[in-house]
Amino acid sequence: MFDTLTDRLQAIFDKLSKRGVLTEQDVDAALREVRVALLEADVNFRVVKDFLARVRERAVGAEVHRSLTPGQAVIKIVHEELLATLGEGGKLDLGGPPPRVILLVGLQGSGKTTTAAKLALHLRKQGRRPLLVAADIYRPAAVLQLQTLGKQINVPVFAESDQAPPDIAQHAIRQAVQSALDVVIVDTAGRLQIDEAMMQEVEQIKARVRPAEVLLVADAMTGQEAVNIADTFNKRVGLTGLILTKVDGDARGGAAISMRAVTQVPIKFLATGEKVDALEPFHPDRLASRILGMGDVLTLIEKAQQQFDEQQALDAAEKLFNARFDLEDFLAQLRMVRKMGPLGELLNLLPGMREVTRQLSPDVTERQFKRIEAMICSMTPAERHNPDMLNASRKRRIAAGSGTTVQELNQLLRNFREAQKMMKQLSTNPRMRTMLGLVQRRRPR
Amino acid sequence: MASLRETLARTRQSFFGKVQALLGQSNITADTWDTLETLLLQADVGVATSTKLLERLHQRAKAEGIVRAERLHEVFKHELRALLESPPHATPPSWEKTRLLEVILVVGVNGSGKTTSIAKLAHWYQQRGRKVLLAACDTFRAAAVDQLQIWGERIGVPVIAGPPNGDPGAVAFDAVQAAFARKADLLIVDTAGRLHTRHNLMQELRKVHGVLRRAVHEAPHHTLLVIDATNGQNAVAQARGFTEAVGVTGVILTKLDGTPKGGVAFAIAGELGIPIHFIGVGEQIEDLEPFDAAAFVESLFE
Repeated sequence: MFDTLTDRLQAIFDKLSKRGVLTEQDVDAALREVRVALLEADVNFRVVKDFLARVRERAVGAEVHRSLTPGQAVIKIVHEELLATLGEGGKLDLGGPPPRVILLVGLQGSGKTTTAAKLALHLRKQGRRPLLVAADIYRPAAVLQLQTLGKQINVPVFAESDQAPPDIAQHAIRQAVQSALDVVIVDTAGRLQIDEAMMQEVEQIKARVRPAEVLLVADAMTGQEAVNIADTFNKRVGLTGLILTKVDGDARGGAAISMRAVTQVPIKFLATGEKVDALEPFHPDRLASRILGMGDVLTLIEKAQQQFDEQQALDAAEKLFNARFDLEDFLAQLRMVRKMGPLGELLNLLPGMREVTRQLSPDVTERQFKRIEAMICSMTPAERHNPDMLNASRKRRIAAGSGTTVQELNQLLRNFREAQKMMKQLSTNPRMRTMLGLVQRRRPR
Repeated sequence: MASLRETLARTRQSFFGKVQALLGQSNITADTWDTLETLLLQADVGVATSTKLLERLHQRAKAEGIVRAERLHEVFKHELRALLESPPHATPPSWEKTRLLEVILVVGVNGSGKTTSIAKLAHWYQQRGRKVLLAACDTFRAAAVDQLQIWGERIGVPVIAGPPNGDPGAVAFDAVQAAFARKADLLIVDTAGRLHTRHNLMQELRKVHGVLRRAVHEAPHHTLLVIDATNGQNAVAQARGFTEAVGVTGVILTKLDGTPKGGVAFAIAGELGIPIHFIGVGEQIEDLEPFDAAAFVESLFE
């Protein structure tokens, strides 16, 4: 199985003669793979068709001749077209007389309530004074959920019982004016776009509150239906932006392309976790790479850079690939992992790495980590570099010195050898080499 | 853009309805096959499963000398149904009391509809004479416990809950004790929504599973994964992830009211061998139906 589109295309172009020029047939062969990749990423079928037509038009012709390798050329065009389709990330437009209203709409379970709280926190951090409005009177405890979240982030929540959602929203604005709050975030009930009564209700809410922003909150895992959801909501309430949620999972997020294609409104935020601060601005290049299965290399680098400096990163990467991997490195890696969160999560951002990470990052709890650290720190530098020299006497000394047992030490050594073996395999993996090349090229000078 | 929007508007009609229109007509052509693939893909059936289905249909068409589209239509339905019915143990959980205490663990990603499905499930069993108890093990999400408790009050089913941010394993344990004490014969355990890629949260789920297993013989007797039918191919990854962690025995497909969708059920049944047990078709408490492969396939063709 090929994991990534890049691999697939490589396989195709390997079969072709080294002409350096792409014929129509070559492009079509490549685009068949692109099509599968896009479909697997849940991009809507019609959108894919339209998209491929544009790529084909660009690919068959002059641009391809100038390129270095045919595979790169096609990937580049596909990537560029994807970026064009995804557009730039949009910012909230909250200028004008306060209070400005943000209306959140979407299907059940897309994450509106959590997103409302995240937005409120985001705005509060920017010095705005938000008011959250609980206009979901249908789902049991939805109001309570928003109130609980409001308490967590210290943002007032407006709720009224025995009122219709359009009235609640309107009353909330009055409240905001009285309390001198300048942004009103209205959390509405989840609704299917084909539920006529509920769609009328959201139209009424909109008419009453005249929102500056109408944001569709959509699950990144949405399938082909994404086009109909986005299209209907857009037609009924005139969207100004999209928020893609649950992006921290492994969904490719092709729905974003579908929704952009039909609505043409910008993606304004990505929700990337369950915590109230897990809201990020949208980067089209990252999502494009993810949709194509090229891995979110940029995010990985950025995440790593936040935690340790570039040189360290480069050293670590080099060690990783040169398989010069001793207990010092093992310890350093464990320490790094502790700082950055599980290594598995990081490596999962890279394509084709899931299996590897499963074996590479044994579950190390905080307690275990301390014991491992103690054991390695009880070794001499020579022992750390060359664990093979650990005989029974040395092992007894280390166990005694670290307050552990020889059995534990043996277990550690077994784990270490597994990791070492994995590193060797990685270093001989051509894909990893390419990826390292990619990583280095993309680093800011 | 206008043309794209128009095209999209056209696809809003039932995808499989178009299969019927297409197949109802005449002899099989190359177009027939192309359109079939398009239709499968648009229903979220997925590339791999669509390809497999079509290859099999090709073989049968050839081996059986099928030339008329009407006949292909029948064979196609049959294949779709066979795929859904292919998982072993495809029988849904029975409503008959088979043991002292039966335990159903319900899992899924955030927002898939677990809590609502559990309320419906509890109601469904209660209507059939079972004595049901609910365990609110979603101690993480704000007001999740309250949501289940409100449902519990509405349908008259007691809910065992713990403190917010408490240990879900402890709540599960307490619920089992309570179930024995109250002589309940069915315990349904709600869990916090979690993405299958979150290692620590999946570990937590394993722990709840482990607590149940130790507390009741062979529990949980069913581990049901709740999947949002509007999800695309990631639903397969969800099914795989949860199966690895806690051995999913069946799926509840939610949000199936509305346009034909949920084609990912074919991939889940076909690729992972996990049967669909229930479907959620609305927001009301009665809106849960046992899965019927034949009816599911038929409804896709309407």
